[in-house]
Amino acid sequence: MIHWMFLASDLLFYLLLLFVFFYLIFVYQHDHLQKIWKSIFTQPAAKVSFCIVLFYITIALLDSMHFIVLKDRFGFKADPYTARSVLDLSLMPLPVINEETYSAPFSKHLYQKEWMPTKTGTMQNLFIPLKHTPHIMGTNKIGQDVFYIAIKSIRTGVLLGALTTLLMLPFAIIAAIPAGYFGGWIDDLVQFVYITLSSIPGVLLIAASILAMQIYVEAHPNWFLTNTVRADIRLLTLCAILGLTSWTTLCRIIRAETLKLRESDFVLAARAMGKGSMGIMLRHILPNISHLVLITVVLDFSALVMAEAVLTYIGVGVDPNMYSWGNMIAAARLELAREPVVWWPLMSAFVLMFIFILAINLFADGVRKGFSPRER
Amino acid sequence: MLAYVIKRILYAIPVILVVNLITFLLYFKLNSPDDMARLQLGNKHVTTAAIQDWKKEHGYDKPIFYNFHASALHHLTDTLFFEKSLKMLVFDFGQSDANRNISNDLKMRMGPSLAIALPSFILGIIVNVSVALSMVLFRETWIERSMVLLCLIIMSISTLFYIIFGQFIVAKWWHWVPLSGYSPGWSQFKFVILPILIAIISSLGADARWYRAIFLEEANKEYVQLAKAKGLSSMQILLHHVLPNGALPILTGVVVLIPSLFLGSLLLESFFGIPGLGSYTMDAILQQDFAIVRVMVYLGTVLYILGLILTDLAYTYADPRIRLE
Repeated sequence: MIHWMFLASDLLFYLLLLFVFFYLIFVYQHDHLQKIWKSIFTQPAAKVSFCIVLFYITIALLDSMHFIVLKDRFGFKADPYTARSVLDLSLMPLPVINEETYSAPFSKHLYQKEWMPTKTGTMQNLFIPLKHTPHIMGTNKIGQDVFYIAIKSIRTGVLLGALTTLLMLPFAIIAAIPAGYFGGWIDDLVQFVYITLSSIPGVLLIAASILAMQIYVEAHPNWFLTNTVRADIRLLTLCAILGLTSWTTLCRIIRAETLKLRESDFVLAARAMGKGSMGIMLRHILPNISHLVLITVVLDFSALVMAEAVLTYIGVGVDPNMYSWGNMIAAARLELAREPVVWWPLMSAFVLMFIFILAINLFADGVRKGFSPRER
Repeated sequence: MLAYVIKRILYAIPVILVVNLITFLLYFKLNSPDDMARLQLGNKHVTTAAIQDWKKEHGYDKPIFYNFHASALHHLTDTLFFEKSLKMLVFDFGQSDANRNISNDLKMRMGPSLAIALPSFILGIIVNVSVALSMVLFRETWIERSMVLLCLIIMSISTLFYIIFGQFIVAKWWHWVPLSGYSPGWSQFKFVILPILIAIISSLGADARWYRAIFLEEANKEYVQLAKAKGLSSMQILLHHVLPNGALPILTGVVVLIPSLFLGSLLLESFFGIPGLGSYTMDAILQQDFAIVRVMVYLGTVLYILGLILTDLAYTYADPRIRLE
């Protein structure tokens, strides 16, 4: 028996995908946008990188459909405190297999020899065979499959990038367009806010906020019962703070572009025809900055995935018990100091992260070329 | 000019005050001094008396904004906000939560931070400009395309990996440089060379691409056409026309970073054991020493705003068409 469960981050992720779906409908209805997107997908690099990004997002989506196993089912033991996902289901039996400790990729035995009693009673130094083979990327210190952990980390990276974007986008647009369009005190106010926010060192603001959140959670243990929910709240807090710090760049770009558009002929014409400011901002300015927003957002996405790793490594990122590339890298520092070296968890995190970020960057390049062909 | 600078400084004051207030609220309202004491003393099984003692010892036992028990002017001055927050405005930083004199620490640690930040900043610009120029020189050939791709690959690797792999391969396998550490004077060379190299490489991708865009824009202008028509070689055009004109936006773009160089790099310094301000901040975050973290937030803000003012001045200096009111 299973019980479906929705974390706050799951719901926000669905909401974001819904927005993407609306954008697709919007593109389908507008010829010039259709043409641009078609030209983007004629570039081989953009095509390939889009498929890779889509693959990662699909995995994140599968991993965002959570359920709790109440009675033994699908090979899972009943456990009301652990959320499983559809991705776990498709990766069975990796989520429930536990070896003793480290084992190298494709190895049939543990990484180091151990002393075992033999039948005759003497002690023998030998390699203990694994319960399950092969682990294509080996196992980690507590015997979990590294491939499974690296795949599970995808959700953290994708959600951090996606939800941060979702949280910051409305604020950036709502603040920046009137600032550029009206000027005057609105502009002064918005500029003051983003200069103030961008002048606070981001890492320290994040450190303070994460700490404040932890203390808040400690003070209200009844609201956050399971570790999964706590980790989820921490992820969302991180998204909100990252949104607050990365909001300023987008705001600056949109404001500058609105300043330019305000003086353009079509806006002047609309104003001369007696259109209201609200209508002009929505019908004429917003569509004309949307490509800038899109390019910035896609580029920011890769920066956010990298920021997750760095912040988690420093200890102010996602929950230490959450599957994430940052946590894998943090663990690797000790693993590299071991003799012989345990290299595969770091390598797995590196490869999966690198492919993802490279794909995003290539795709962002493709989008930029598509929307501003003059820039080459 | 002087009037403008004064105006900008006056404009910066509210920003600094607001940041000061935000950090104060974050560290004293959201996390009360009791919470801090509990964290410092170890979360579980702390008696109220121990918390009170810790607060008294570190000067956290005062009211937050208004002291009803003090006399006359001390209503406002004998408070946490005045002692811990407003005093920072005049660079009176006081004691850290581990009872160290923060101002002394800052003076001691600025040197090692600069020993890494300054060379990586200057060499970084030189390397990035050279790479960007060669991309423009070879534009629309396979050389440029592969360089652009290489830049993209470089910028797709997290700084963490450059540091971890660099330290592992160069220091641990090859034994070319010590794993970590620092010593003042000329012998510091062997300690700082690897962090500097890593800083340059990890910033290469994004910055070189940005500079390339600037140079390309310059290379498409009419005066370059004229120079070509005159019969100048591509190399001459690049070095004598494109470089000086493209250098302006680059220089004015990086000026904002200069003051912040003092603060050093969190990751590099803590990985390589450099006793600079970056590792100082990192240790403060790990040990949750809020006094230090608040000081670093304040310093970071002031230096960033200083950078913004310098940027404006650099613009007018570089481009006489821009006048400052």
